[in-house]
Order: sequence, then structure tokens, then C-alpha cells
Amino acid sequence: MITVSQTLEDLRNSSAKKVISQCIDRIEAGKFNTFITVAKESAPEAANISGNSKGPLAGVPIAIKDNISTKGIRTTCASRILGGYVPPYDAHVIERLKEAGAVIVGKVNMDEFAMGTSTETSYYGPTLNPWDTKRVPGGSSGGSAATIAAGEVPLALGSDTGGSVRCPASFCGVVGLKPTYGVISRYGLISYANSLEQIGPIASNVADMTLLFNVIAGHDPRDSTSVPGEKDYTNALVDDVKGLTIGVPKDYFGDGIDQAVEKSVWNGVHRLEDLGASWQEVEMPHTKYALAAYYVIAMSEASSNLARFDGMRYGLRLEKDHDWHTTYSEIRAQGFGEEVKRRILLGTYALSAGPAIPTTFRLSISFTYLSTRSSASPDVRIPLLTPGLCSHLSILRTQYPHWILHLGATGR
Amino acid sequence: MITTKDVEHIGWLARLKMEEEQLEGYADQLNSVLDYFGQLDEVDTREVEPTYHVLEMNNVFRDDKVTDCLTQDEATGNAPKTQDGYFKAPRII
Repeated sequence: MITVSQTLEDLRNSSAKKVISQCIDRIEAGKFNTFITVAKESAPEAANISGNSKGPLAGVPIAIKDNISTKGIRTTCASRILGGYVPPYDAHVIERLKEAGAVIVGKVNMDEFAMGTSTETSYYGPTLNPWDTKRVPGGSSGGSAATIAAGEVPLALGSDTGGSVRCPASFCGVVGLKPTYGVISRYGLISYANSLEQIGPIASNVADMTLLFNVIAGHDPRDSTSVPGEKDYTNALVDDVKGLTIGVPKDYFGDGIDQAVEKSVWNGVHRLEDLGASWQEVEMPHTKYALAAYYVIAMSEASSNLARFDGMRYGLRLEKDHDWHTTYSEIRAQGFGEEVKRRILLGTYALSAGPAIPTTFRLSISFTYLSTRSSASPDVRIPLLTPGLCSHLSILRTQYPHWILHLGATGR
Repeated sequence: MITTKDVEHIGWLARLKMEEEQLEGYADQLNSVLDYFGQLDEVDTREVEPTYHVLEMNNVFRDDKVTDCLTQDEATGNAPKTQDGYFKAPRII
């Protein structure tokens, strides 16, 4: 894998133009289907400009998940319905990256509209896990994590609604973060479940990830949920855990957990203990409800967020128009994949069924309450991320939806 | 319990054209997910305040100032069908 410090050294020894062209060569020679669009024209131009930048990422190549708007670079959400869409504006995070001198080398693969945990639902084919090409890279930000693991780029952006940065980072052996909601502006992130999702940084190590996080975090008035204030998160890079208290939520460990996964989490806890931290078990009794609550909220929001895709202002349009209802319905039936349709249908049902849906299905459920209350207040909590090792390709598709439900039932 | 007739209706609401032979499959899948949701009935949420934001934020305002926006060409640039600088939609009436 490539680090930022190594890239900065390459930049000092050669030029941004050369570093970027080598990066594009690596991507094009890649065997894991990590990219949907390679920015072959705009990246060299950006490299020339970044040569004069004094920013912390001047000349450093970065891959962007394909649901984050990039002005002039095709952005598909891995869907047929946005196959030819070229955003006329940059997302807030892209503006910040450009100010920092980073060079966008292309758009990486994902589950269609970020709906999945395997990167197999992409219209542009599945991404393979670079460690074992018979296995999935996780999802939905599978391209972002796999391109780091494959050593194609040093940095990538993903997005995380219910585990979509953390799951692929784990499956690909890289480092990813879902920031606290509101820390990063969602302006320009194509919405799936807007009350849950955040853009998240992915890198090969914690220091690089923090550097990237520092660049993209910050207030943006165009996202009303964005939190005011700026912080230097690199101050948190302290090589000392003495006195830190760790909570291990016992509700995450139990039936259906792969022993290898459980062992590896405990190895991490004990390693921290050796370094001076202490740990205790904590109870998070509502953990088991978190996934169902997440699903109700995410599906409902998806059904309204994806209502905008009707082929009028952007995206797929069929040759012949009929009456408006038939026209929209045919475009959407042909443009969306199966998983996306299923979630839209479920959300539409949840929002429309009225008395048929128990009251707890309504948004009166406090998702935060359900998922994060615990019996003690340690400094940090260490849950486990997925109950099993990453699965083989296509297993998810045939077993849906039960596999996904099992995966999340432990608190994704 | 979602029936094939329900699926047809939901598809109509969601503007998703359904083929007759898909209805049963969708009904089965939706029912299986709804069964899973059923466990939420066990949770007593009467005392729980709804969460609107994980941090305590409310009433976000901005200055009422005119700022730059997309030009008409930029705004319509991705539209598959346009006419005289407008988006062209199918007939409504």
C-alpha cells in the first residue's frame, strides 16, 4: 500500500505530473475493478495546478466514491440511471480537497446508490477483494477500500450510512472512519438516507486517514446539519493510551459470531491493555434492535430521496414518452437495479401504510437511543464490526436479504 | 402481510413499473423484511424523545443574501431532453 509520506517524497524527487501519470497507469493496469471512471484528462491538468499549491495534500492523488459530486467528472452512483451524469458543481469535500492541492484521479466503485455491503450491486460489475479475489471487498464503499489495499492510490473518500466505510475498510485491511454526523458537510453527496450518512476518509494508516479527515471536516452553511467550528484533528494523533478506559459491549458478542473475528477483537483489546489502557464490559441492551431501526429509517428516506430520479433533469431517458406516470415508471424500472428497487418499495410501504405499520416503525424511535446507550461511560467503546469473515462473491446476492440482516443484527 | 395487490399499489406510488411475474417475489421479500422489523414492537419508546440531530442543533439560519448559482446552460446541461432552454417533460394532462 502507498502512504502519503511516501507520495510526498516522490513528489519532492520528481513532479506532480509524473506522480499522477504513474498513479493513472497503476489504476489502468488494476485487476480488481476498483474504478468506474478514471479522470485521464482532468487529473494531469489538476496536477499542473497543484504544483504551485502549498496545501497539505499538494499533488497527492485521491480516489472519490462515485456518489460524491465532482464538477466535470462523471458521477454515476454505480447506477444505470445516472450513467451519463456529469455534475456541474463540486461537493464541499471536493472543494476542500482542491484547496489542499489534492488531485482527483477518478471515481471508485460502490454498491448501487450505496445500498449494500459487498459492492456486488454495482451496475458496472463487482469489485474484487485484492487480498483474495474470490471474496468481496465489503461495501458499499468497496472500490474506495480496495483501491487503497491494492496500492493504487494513497487516499480515498467513501460514505457511511450503516457501515459503508467501516465494513469495506475492515474487509480490505485498511483504515476508515465514519465521523460523527454533522462534522463533514453532505453538500454534493448524492443522498440515500440523509439523516444517517456521512462522508468518511479511507487510507492505509491512521495518520494518513487523520490528515485527510482534517482537510475535509469543517462547517459549510449549504448543509444545515453541518456543525459550526474548526478543529485540528491531527492533535489527536497521540501515541499513548495510558489511563484510557475501554468499554467492550458484551451484547455485540454472542451467537453467530465467527470465532476468528471474536479472537481478533479481543487481541486488540488486550494489546491496548498491555500498553496501559483498562477495559470493562458494558451493556448496550438495545443493540439487537439497531439494525431494524436503521432499516426502517434508511428505507423510508431512500424512497423519498430517490424520487428525484425521473429522467427529466438528468439521467436515463427512454426514447419515447408516454403519459407522465408511465414514462417515469418505465425509466425508473429500467434505470434502478433490484436492490435499489426493493429498498424504495419497502420505504414507500413504510411511509404510506398508515395503521398497518406499528407505531414503533415510525420515526418516533430514537435511533441514537437504541444504538448507543450503554451501562457505563468509558472513554471509548470497542464493538466488533461484522460477525464473520468477508464472504465469497455472489453469496450475498443469492441469500439476500437474510445474510444482510444477520450481518447487521450485531450492530452495524 | 403484504399481498401481490399491495406490491402493485406500492409500485404505483413509487413510480416503478412492475411486471406481473415479479409481484410474488417482491411480496415474499418484503414480508420477510417486515417480519424482521416486527421485533421493534418489543421496545417501549413512550419515554424516549425523538432524535432530530445527534448534536444539539436547531433553528439553523443563514443570511438572506443573493449568491452565485448555476447558469441556465449548466442547470440544463445534463437533461436528456430540452427545448428553448427548458427541461422537456412528458405530457401531464
